[in-house]
Amino acid sequence: MISINNISKQFGKLKALDSLTIEFLSGECVALIGPNGSGKTTLIKSILGMVVPDDGTILFNKKNISNDWIYRSQIGYMPQIGRYPENMTIGQVIGMMKDIRKSEKNILDEELIEKFELQGMINKRMRILSGGTTQKVSASLAFLFNADVLILDEPTAGLDAVSSEILKEKILKENSKGKLIIITSHVLSDLDNLITQIVCMQDGKLKFQKAKSLLKMETGEEKLSKAIAKIMLQN
Amino acid sequence: MRKVVKYVILDILKSKIILSYTLVLFLISFSVFSLEDNTAKGLLSLLNIELFVLPLVSIIFSTIYIYNSSEFIELLVSQPLKRKSIWLSLFYGLSVSLVVSFFIASGLPVLYYEPTVTGLIMVLVGCLLSIIFVAIALLASVITRDKAKGIGMAIFLWLYFAIIFDGLVLFLLIQYADYPLEKPMMIISACNPIDLSRIVILLRLDVSALMGYTGAVFKDFFGTTKGLMTAVTVLLLWVFIPLGFSLRIFRKKDL
Amino acid sequence: MFIGSRVLKYFIVYIIVLNAKFLNGTTIYVIKSSKINTIKKAVSVAANSDTIIVSSGIYFEKNIIISKSITLIGENLPILDGENKYEIVSIKASNVIFNGFKIQHSGHGTLDDLAGIKIYDSKNVTISNNVLDDTFFGIYVQFGIHCIVKNNTITAYGIEEQQIGNGIHCWKSDSLQIIGNTIQGHRDGIYFEFVTHSIIWRNLSKKNIRYGLHFMFSHNDAYISNVFTENGAGVAVMFTHGVKMFNNYFSNNWGDAAFGLLLKEISDSYINGNYFNKNTTGIYMEGVNKTQVQKNIFSGNGWAIKIQASCMDVKINFNNFFGNSFDVGTNGTLVLNSFDYNYWDKYEGYDINKDKIGDLPYRPISMFSMIIEQNPPAMILFRSIMVSLLDKTEKIIPSLTPENLKDNYPLMSAIKL
Repeated sequence: MISINNISKQFGKLKALDSLTIEFLSGECVALIGPNGSGKTTLIKSILGMVVPDDGTILFNKKNISNDWIYRSQIGYMPQIGRYPENMTIGQVIGMMKDIRKSEKNILDEELIEKFELQGMINKRMRILSGGTTQKVSASLAFLFNADVLILDEPTAGLDAVSSEILKEKILKENSKGKLIIITSHVLSDLDNLITQIVCMQDGKLKFQKAKSLLKMETGEEKLSKAIAKIMLQN
Repeated sequence: MRKVVKYVILDILKSKIILSYTLVLFLISFSVFSLEDNTAKGLLSLLNIELFVLPLVSIIFSTIYIYNSSEFIELLVSQPLKRKSIWLSLFYGLSVSLVVSFFIASGLPVLYYEPTVTGLIMVLVGCLLSIIFVAIALLASVITRDKAKGIGMAIFLWLYFAIIFDGLVLFLLIQYADYPLEKPMMIISACNPIDLSRIVILLRLDVSALMGYTGAVFKDFFGTTKGLMTAVTVLLLWVFIPLGFSLRIFRKKDL
Repeated sequence: MFIGSRVLKYFIVYIIVLNAKFLNGTTIYVIKSSKINTIKKAVSVAANSDTIIVSSGIYFEKNIIISKSITLIGENLPILDGENKYEIVSIKASNVIFNGFKIQHSGHGTLDDLAGIKIYDSKNVTISNNVLDDTFFGIYVQFGIHCIVKNNTITAYGIEEQQIGNGIHCWKSDSLQIIGNTIQGHRDGIYFEFVTHSIIWRNLSKKNIRYGLHFMFSHNDAYISNVFTENGAGVAVMFTHGVKMFNNYFSNNWGDAAFGLLLKEISDSYINGNYFNKNTTGIYMEGVNKTQVQKNIFSGNGWAIKIQASCMDVKINFNNFFGNSFDVGTNGTLVLNSFDYNYWDKYEGYDINKDKIGDLPYRPISMFSMIIEQNPPAMILFRSIMVSLLDKTEKIIPSLTPENLKDNYPLMSAIKL
């Protein structure tokens, strides 16, 4: 679905991505992990076209994404810290996104809006929302357009337990429809039963990419976090 | 793209700054005309506002708006939208808001008290100046990531076009007083949109004084329809060139 | 109607005849079909104080010389055509009245000043109600005394200064009356040189190539209620004393060397009640002495007044200044003239004691106008913020502008004129 071929990106002296090559297949639920500053966010932004790589290509459905923009209609993106025009209300932000992305093809998926009970505060301005509520809005927007690919940057950070559960259920549900889901998260325990594959990055390079089952088998650990800790120690 | 423009304009209107700017400018314009006993004097006072305040408001407001909307821009960039149309939407949104507010606040009083070609040219030039400084602001804010630096640069650019440039020109004129400088001056004036606008209006307001030797050179050029068209074209270049550059940078910019 | 106007015309002729005191002359008719079919023939048979009435039609008579004191009256504008070769009418006798002709296509001379109508060394000649079209000089008065040039319409189509003469050209004459003429397209509309004790009243002089009125060495003349507009260089009055200029209108004289009124070496003169509108320079003064400039209106001029340092005792008082780009320009720092009691629309002072006179003096000269005087291309910076700042600073701490060029008693409101 998405193939990253040999991309590099440099910010000043910092090499954020260093000849990175990864393949993401549809139907997978990928956990993108790695220490802070390992290039996870840069990778995601590159896929979204927000960062333009210095080198290498990214193919989305076998098409190069550079100078393309239509492919983004197949991506739902939930940023780590969602920031929206401060003067707009929740309703207006959702309305605006619908307005911008509306097309005949996609059926709107308002499940999260309902479950997070956002209708009740539709007239609240973005400025006064708590971090958690903003996350709920971000999550709702990511899933709203029934996109084939969902990129979730730290989706559960800042969410309360109930909401976190709602979101995880939703991720499972969409994954089971065959969608590609890419999640970055620090809290590995959260992801244990969601993910099918793990991509680990370090210093802008791919450290490993393994199926969850394989990883657990290799390390002999039941818990994902422990398995990863073990493999990190091995290297 | 039209949808994004719509949201940009809605957002600008909600910030209320533009509304208060419109109101203040409107009050100034009307009081200038109603306090002065002749409209020519009112026009001159308004000309000063047009050449001084208008570029300042335009460039500062636009720069701050771009920095404050960086999240919004990020959000838009991650959506299935062309970068070009996002940037142009910002430009259109800012231009439309500033032009409309200038037109209501200053254009209408001018056209009411001075319904002549001169009044019309003043309004037209004001609109163009608003747009030019939006374009310059876009360029200033796309170049630097740092908000403080960007606003500093915008203020400096305004200071340069509004005052420093003329100081340099005066210095040049005095240094090279023995040379025929009329024609080079015309080219130099084209290098500053504020100067060019001022000269176009001057030819309407102070035509008697400008008919002196030097003036005749300007009058022969800018006073004709062809000259006026040239001036407007150069002013339009002052929109398109900074906008084009900013667009090129924005298309490759990492957010 | 036809008979009525004819009767009226004869009545007018009768009055003129009466006034001219030619009560006992006979009347000779010039009619194409009769025996006397040319003006020349009529003149040759006429005696002093006779009247010749010329019927309408076109007459090609080369140069008509009038050497008798007779009255010539054209009926329905008979046309005298000079075929671009001749001086058309030469008046060489006193007490001649020449009225109601159309004079066209005079010769153009480079050596002699060929005119439509020329008066040579004569007294009491009246030239009235004629139409002159395409003449080299229009009406030329040379050594004339007590001559009247009245209600003539003089049009020429000059393109270059050297190739056309003046509309009404007066030279070495005295006690002339130039009244109600319209002059257009000549070199100078009205030209006076060595003409004294004369009056120029209610003329319209426009679109002449050089000056609307050109006036030299002509003392003690008055010109009143004339209109001078769109002339190449405005009006020039030079080397003269005792000029009275009242209620004239000077407008739209544009160009580097164009002035509403150029005064050079003038003394003991009065410039009152005139209106200077939209000239590059309203009045330009050089070497002017003991002259009053009062109750004039200056509006929309580039410079209302340019006064050179060579002027003394010029009293510029009780004038209104509206919407001029610059009120006053000068080239020096010495000021021996008065600028008090004027109304300046640019005055920003206040009047606390309510005596209708501003409490702070007004300085009509700006720093920038001094800069422009030295450096004309700097005009390009006019009304820029930088220049406004300079001017404001200069107003607070004068350094370049003449310290005593100021109106100590600026009026708070315009004088009703």
